[in-house]
Amino acid sequence: MTQHAETAATAAQAAGHAAEAAEKFDPLHQFHIEPLVPIRIGDLDFSFTNASLWMVIAVAVVSFVFLFGSNRIVPHRLQSIRELAYEFVANATRDILHDEGRPFFPFIFTLFVFILAANLLGMIPYSFTVTSHIIVTFALAIVVFVLATIVGFVKNGVRYLKLFVPSGVPAYMLPILVPVEVMSYFTRPISLSVRLFANMMAGHTMLKVFGSFVVALGILGGWAPLAMMVALTGLEFLVAFLQAYVFMVLSIIYLSDALHPEH
Amino acid sequence: MDIEAAKMIGAGLAAIALGGAGIGIGLIFGNYLSGALRNPAAADAQFKNLLLGFALAEATGLFALVVSFIILFG
Repeated sequence: MTQHAETAATAAQAAGHAAEAAEKFDPLHQFHIEPLVPIRIGDLDFSFTNASLWMVIAVAVVSFVFLFGSNRIVPHRLQSIRELAYEFVANATRDILHDEGRPFFPFIFTLFVFILAANLLGMIPYSFTVTSHIIVTFALAIVVFVLATIVGFVKNGVRYLKLFVPSGVPAYMLPILVPVEVMSYFTRPISLSVRLFANMMAGHTMLKVFGSFVVALGILGGWAPLAMMVALTGLEFLVAFLQAYVFMVLSIIYLSDALHPEH
Repeated sequence: MDIEAAKMIGAGLAAIALGGAGIGIGLIFGNYLSGALRNPAAADAQFKNLLLGFALAEATGLFALVVSFIILFG
């Protein structure tokens, strides 16, 4: 009887250890949303979560960079950064949209700077990457998509539908080509949002996994994954910039399609 | 078959598509390099297209990764 109880006790202990070990390594825990200030309005959850906190921090950082200090003719350091960002976005917008893109420049600039700030703030240890959630990136992408569609119909009327009928296509190919074009148009917000989301989530998961390798291999073997982690962190900074840039350029391209549906 | 085992196998199969992403990214950068070595003066102008092309090729691979995560954790 005591033997049976003993084996049951050791089995329970082993299960506890296994659960503990499994609990220690959870690379997806960093994406967990915790409500910091629970707010319920009726049946809806309007809590101020850690995601909301980091979005506020992103806006605060961007506001500080762009509003702090005077603007002199000979720029000081922070002003040079502002002018660098402004010129970067303005050149990208002007290259594709030329002069009629000027009304969209504030929106494109806000989009780029917010995504860049959110991505970069996620690189701080123990922080939370806002753009690693599909709902956040989907909200941004659907705004771009709806804006481009509305602009397309307002500027061109029904002729906006010429977007789905490329010029120079023989008539017998149209029944195949037009549905494909329509489908690819509607997958734009999905591809735009999933691109940013997957890059951020996969990058941070990889960092977590390699970090666990460093801990698991200890002093003797831990230097190899540590070197890999240094390289990966550098890559993640590059990806943060690149994904913000790509989101911005694709938004500009969709807007240019809206303004000029004839390819 | 155990549902957990099936999830693991499905996630592994879905992640095979990332090989296509690797090939696509290699093609883009390889073509950029061969063009830049032939015509270095035109290389700088195409750098932005290089980054755009890289991100678009990577995105397709990452769609497969998202499907793999959905299978594994959904």
